[in-house]
Amino acid sequence: MTLNRRSFIGATAAGTLALTAPAVIGQARPKVVVIGGGAGGATAARYIAKDSEGAIYVTLIEPTRSYYTCFFSNLYIGGFRELSSIAHSYGTLASAYGINVIHDLATGVDRDARTVSLGHGGTVAYDRLVVSPGVDFVDGSVPGWDASVQHLMPHAYKAGSQSELLKAQIEAMPEGGTFIMVAPPNPYRCPPGPYERVSMVAHKLKAENPTAKILIVDPKEKFSKQALFEEGWQAHYSGMIDRIGPDFGADNVEVRADTMEVVIDGEVEKADACNVIPAMRAGHIAQVAGLTNEAGWAPVVPATMQSQMDENVHVLGDASQQGDMPKSGFAANSQAKVCAMAVRGALTDSRVFPARFSNTCWSLIETDDGVKVGATYEATEEKIAKVDGFISQTGEDAALRRQTYEESVGWYAGITADMFG
Amino acid sequence: MGSRMRISALAAGLLVLLPGPLAAQTLQGDTERGEALFSQCKGCHQVGPEAESRIGPHLNGIFGRQAGAISEFRYSKSMQRAGADGLTWDHDTLGAYLANPRSLVSGTRMSFRGLKDPQDLADVMAFLRSYSDNPRDIPESAPTLRADDPDLTPEVLAMQGDAEFGEYLSAECTTCHQADGSAEGIPSITNWPSEDFVMAMHAYKQSLRPHPVMQMIAGRLSDEEIAALAAYFEDLAP
Repeated sequence: MTLNRRSFIGATAAGTLALTAPAVIGQARPKVVVIGGGAGGATAARYIAKDSEGAIYVTLIEPTRSYYTCFFSNLYIGGFRELSSIAHSYGTLASAYGINVIHDLATGVDRDARTVSLGHGGTVAYDRLVVSPGVDFVDGSVPGWDASVQHLMPHAYKAGSQSELLKAQIEAMPEGGTFIMVAPPNPYRCPPGPYERVSMVAHKLKAENPTAKILIVDPKEKFSKQALFEEGWQAHYSGMIDRIGPDFGADNVEVRADTMEVVIDGEVEKADACNVIPAMRAGHIAQVAGLTNEAGWAPVVPATMQSQMDENVHVLGDASQQGDMPKSGFAANSQAKVCAMAVRGALTDSRVFPARFSNTCWSLIETDDGVKVGATYEATEEKIAKVDGFISQTGEDAALRRQTYEESVGWYAGITADMFG
Repeated sequence: MGSRMRISALAAGLLVLLPGPLAAQTLQGDTERGEALFSQCKGCHQVGPEAESRIGPHLNGIFGRQAGAISEFRYSKSMQRAGADGLTWDHDTLGAYLANPRSLVSGTRMSFRGLKDPQDLADVMAFLRSYSDNPRDIPESAPTLRADDPDLTPEVLAMQGDAEFGEYLSAECTTCHQADGSAEGIPSITNWPSEDFVMAMHAYKQSLRPHPVMQMIAGRLSDEEIAALAAYFEDLAP
């Protein structure tokens, strides 16, 4: 590691002279601060540091030392992955890429002074700021639910202890008990995510508690990959899963955490385990920094992911409002590379090519039964627009479904290497 | 906004640097302008929260919908057949239909000559697209941007067909499409304006029109052969 670090610094010194723009020569290295170390932020930090070859000084602010990816956390609940296999640390970003990793919470942004303040005190200055904080939940969107009852009715939509909690509560269900999911309204992180989760819970219950029932209370008329999930549920978990849509009052839901009740349009349902996924908005710091609109999301310029409020700030991933891309880890990673290129272009005059965006979301329905949906996108002036796409078909044979699942495992290895080095 | 200015300056620079496939030729639609243009459709079609099928079917969720799929609406036979053949409305197919309805679905009852101006077309499409599923929420829903197909070059459109050659080639067509113009199960192609004929055959060639047999037949017709057939059938009176 020492050797790598030394050779990295050596290459950096030479690279800085050759690559930096005339305006920058004689000044300190331009500074980029990245808030949030997920699929958007970690990728952006790594690409800016890597491709600028040290010409840009990158600071990454992320409160957790061990980051659990939200993607594949459903597979942990289903028993297909160990929790440790979706945990990642930031050591390589610090040691191999020269990124200054600060484990603290960003609590404020002074966009005039161009500084970020930290929870433990002090500020960090930037020339460009990248904000990639993911989502937070909208208070009161499910009456009766707030963060103070998330130990009784977990969201498990930020992975880690919440995922462990939900899994433990499913394991503690009595024989023939009921699992209720309150699904989120649009837009939310990972469109097929709640339904992959239901599949994983069903997989677990089928083995451990086969007379148990699953009830989805869904405020949406339809959802992504619906035909694929419904076909899979019928084939693998026949009679176990029921879904109530808005036509039966699922858009009028209240929960009572102390008695484990879900009230659907006045009708009380008793739950033995209850997963409440509330409505979402951009992560809190985006709002604090004044980057969000009345809908709670941060609108961006499609070609660069720059905030529409401030051209020195970029917003990535779930927190951004960019147009047609779903809120997913793949999408955040894709946007981060476009953003990294734009940031380098602005700070070092490196070449900037047209933005290219893509996304694929894989979902596991049952052992070796994987499906996917994906698309490519282009930046227009107005939004990131979907140009072309694909989706798994119903009735595909088992070999193809297994191949799709194996592909997703390979993707997980690929994207996490792309994020964390 | 300052950054927007810079971006367009940048984009202009890129077009010079990167000709070819990277500089995609796309036409953006203006939803508001599209809404205004939609007034010419409103006599027959409704779209929006309370929309119902009247003279024409309602257009909520049109993107991704199969042609002829609203059960309570009585479509033309031609539209029903197109749906059964697998025609689904997306930016390419709906764009082709709105540009020239009869070149995509020969016997459609929609009496509309088509949106000839590409910007008008893009605007109306953008307006209609806002009443279908949002790819942000349902990633598999239809695209919102239509990358312009390599349009037929003016040379191909201006090609004068050799009707005599067309008569020779037509033997392959008249096995199914009757020369007397009767249309039992298979549509008539006699007396078809040659421009529409040319557009239709190229639409099959590019798989815009769905019918698999016609895709196969048109797929091996050259530009000259299509022009020749168009010249022949245009003047073939039933």
